[in-house]
Amino acid sequence: MGLGRFVVTRTLNLVLVLFAVLLLTLAFAGPATDNVLKRQVESYVRGDISTRCNMLRPPSFCGDANLIKQQMEEIKQREIQNLGLNDPWWSPKRLGYSIYSLATLNLGESYFLRSYGGSNIVRDIILEALPKTILLFTTATILSLIIGLLIGIRAARKPGGILDRLISTIGVASGTVPIWWVGIIAIVFFSYTLRIFPARATPLIPPSDPAYIPALLYHMTLPLLTITLLGFGGWAYIVRNLVIGIMQEDYITVAMAKGVPERGILYGHVLRSAAPPVITLVVLSLSGSLGGALITEAVFDWPGMGRLFYTAIGALDIPIIIGLVYVSTAVYLASIFIIDVLYGFFDPRVKAG
Amino acid sequence: MSQRGVRSLWRDFVKQPEGILGLSILILLIIATSIALTSLPPETFREWSNPTYWVRYPKTAEPAWVNFFSSSKQPEHLILQQPAVNEDVLGEFRRVIHSYTLDYSYDDFPNDINFNYFLNYGATPPQIELRVTRPDGEVFSLVRTTAPSPPAQVAVYRFNGTISSAERILRNTVLQQSSKPNCPASALNDTRANVLIFQVSCDKFDEGSRLLRGRYTFESSFFLFGSDDRVQKTELIIGGKVFGFMGTDDLGRDIWTGVLWGTPVALFIGITVSIFGTGIGLIYGVASGYFGGKTDEVMMRFSDIIISFPLLFLLIIIAVSTRMTLGLLIVILVVFGWPGLSKVTRSIALQLKTLPYVEASQLIGASSRWVMIRHMVPQITPYVIASVALSVPGPILTEAGLSFLGLGDPTVPTWGKILNDAYTFGAGARQLWWWIMPPGVMLALTAISFVLIGNGLDKVLNPKMRKL
Repeated sequence: MGLGRFVVTRTLNLVLVLFAVLLLTLAFAGPATDNVLKRQVESYVRGDISTRCNMLRPPSFCGDANLIKQQMEEIKQREIQNLGLNDPWWSPKRLGYSIYSLATLNLGESYFLRSYGGSNIVRDIILEALPKTILLFTTATILSLIIGLLIGIRAARKPGGILDRLISTIGVASGTVPIWWVGIIAIVFFSYTLRIFPARATPLIPPSDPAYIPALLYHMTLPLLTITLLGFGGWAYIVRNLVIGIMQEDYITVAMAKGVPERGILYGHVLRSAAPPVITLVVLSLSGSLGGALITEAVFDWPGMGRLFYTAIGALDIPIIIGLVYVSTAVYLASIFIIDVLYGFFDPRVKAG
Repeated sequence: MSQRGVRSLWRDFVKQPEGILGLSILILLIIATSIALTSLPPETFREWSNPTYWVRYPKTAEPAWVNFFSSSKQPEHLILQQPAVNEDVLGEFRRVIHSYTLDYSYDDFPNDINFNYFLNYGATPPQIELRVTRPDGEVFSLVRTTAPSPPAQVAVYRFNGTISSAERILRNTVLQQSSKPNCPASALNDTRANVLIFQVSCDKFDEGSRLLRGRYTFESSFFLFGSDDRVQKTELIIGGKVFGFMGTDDLGRDIWTGVLWGTPVALFIGITVSIFGTGIGLIYGVASGYFGGKTDEVMMRFSDIIISFPLLFLLIIIAVSTRMTLGLLIVILVVFGWPGLSKVTRSIALQLKTLPYVEASQLIGASSRWVMIRHMVPQITPYVIASVALSVPGPILTEAGLSFLGLGDPTVPTWGKILNDAYTFGAGARQLWWWIMPPGVMLALTAISFVLIGNGLDKVLNPKMRKL
């Protein structure tokens, strides 16, 4: 019962946030895109009229400049009417259409950027980048979580020991340094000074080549290492704090008194109670690190959404930017949702309602 | 909080090494802020993104102190603006002499020499003369010229002129004066006046180094004919390869100036957002916990929505569609920055609500607002103080990220913006460490200082944590 209601509220939250982001995106970028479209219409109409007037038998209005202007204005208004640009972005008709097209991932066409296949459909361009972001980011998160768990538990065994103090220092320090800056330093050091890893994380081979995947993995090493190295310290510190806190609970003392072996206490009792807060923190860290990770992608030139963001911003390719904001919000919210539901399974309080 | 409470809090706080460390870094940051606000010219802030302001600075120069660590001393870029001024009256006209003396002891020739002068004059244009006296006693007359005639109907004409070693005519003048009988051909084949001025006399040309070290005096004379004519300002720029405390970037901007200006900006963003965000979060959480029931449910759902907002994406959309300003950024960061704390304060408020004195106050008929402000907020404040410090780094790092993407306030020099410039100019591939390191180190130091202070405060104020 409790779990069902929990899932429903989380779903509602997800839909609301998605809708709010969509509205805000349209509110800010809507007028700008409208202007761009209107300008496109204008230049199209001008081109059209000049072609027609240069034909062998030009239409009658071509002789008079005023008539040309009138004709141009007429066609322009008709085209704008056809595109629905007369109404503001918040009119129900256009809003409904925008939501429908976003929901069906019909994100329009880019202004300048192209996919590897040469497509200018925003959806194709983004879907090409999305798996790479998920690959890098998920691997890095899982890797740092595992390392963090192992080291954190070990540090918690001897509070105040060398490992403990080291982990606490790293944990505090790594959360305060921008990952993308460390990325730049890592590139300077590993790629330009030591020449171990490539400086650009985009393989030069086309994606259709079978050698692409190993090349991609090799190019992934440096960004992966950077994100993991900056990530695990924070996790270790959190796990350490949780474990030490839980170790002081009465039921742990009872378990010890009963003679449960240390491993049993650690994995049977402590980690089980630590799971829900760790999961909550995974959610919070996702929101914090996703942005940083996207910028890191741009620094490493990793062919994911972050780099796409960077190029699209540089070229002011607004359809791509809107599409990226929408897709990354959706992915981000979906991952929060999955983790939330997991939390519901792990935390007995949620199940009990 | 009573005065005694604050004092004992301070005593507990300074007992921890991490709190002290954080506080020391913060003091350094405050010193940097006051240096920036008091001693840097405000134009360096306003004109940070205007390349013409920085023309008199060297491009991509290393910090001056690298000379300490290397065997050869690279020439330092010298911007001399304080000449020794002499003025005498010679019959019909006045002669104003601005002379600059410098000890040149570097291991390489200057990159170039530029002399700028700013004159005000009436109908008769002044005569300008520039001479250099070298350490070996030789004197080169570099330029003898007349300022342009002022346009008619102008009472006071302002004229800015430059004498540059890049001019062909200057090189020819110097070449004529430095050639002597028996000059080896190699002595005179350099095409740049700056090299010809600073090289040893050509009859001593084979004795080791070509560079003549020692005291050079650049003497500029202005012959003024009108009684109101003025030499407003002169400056001599000896172009070098190293400059200042942190070098310069590709546009000639002084990195140290930029890094210093970044400090007040970052602190302002971080502290403003933190204080307002914490305040809103505190009141929101207390209200939510106090009213409870349906109100609590709705308020917490709302904060859930705000908390899962992908802030960076929203900022990107806003920045590409309107012009991002610092104020707008701060407002957005506050609007989305409070919900984390509201969860904490709500849970404390839920506990406080059941305490007898709160219930008693309600029974006597105190209003909700009275109970919340008088009885609950003061109780929760200690928990919140630590989080004020802990939520300073977030906004600073977000702003840095946004600026790094090139979407920050374009008029304000920030650390993220400097890094963005470094990245777009390929500073990484060119190993321009003095451009990449300082802004990032400052970012990290600022963030770590507040985290350490926050953790320290947390341990003092929330003794439950002390067990850890």
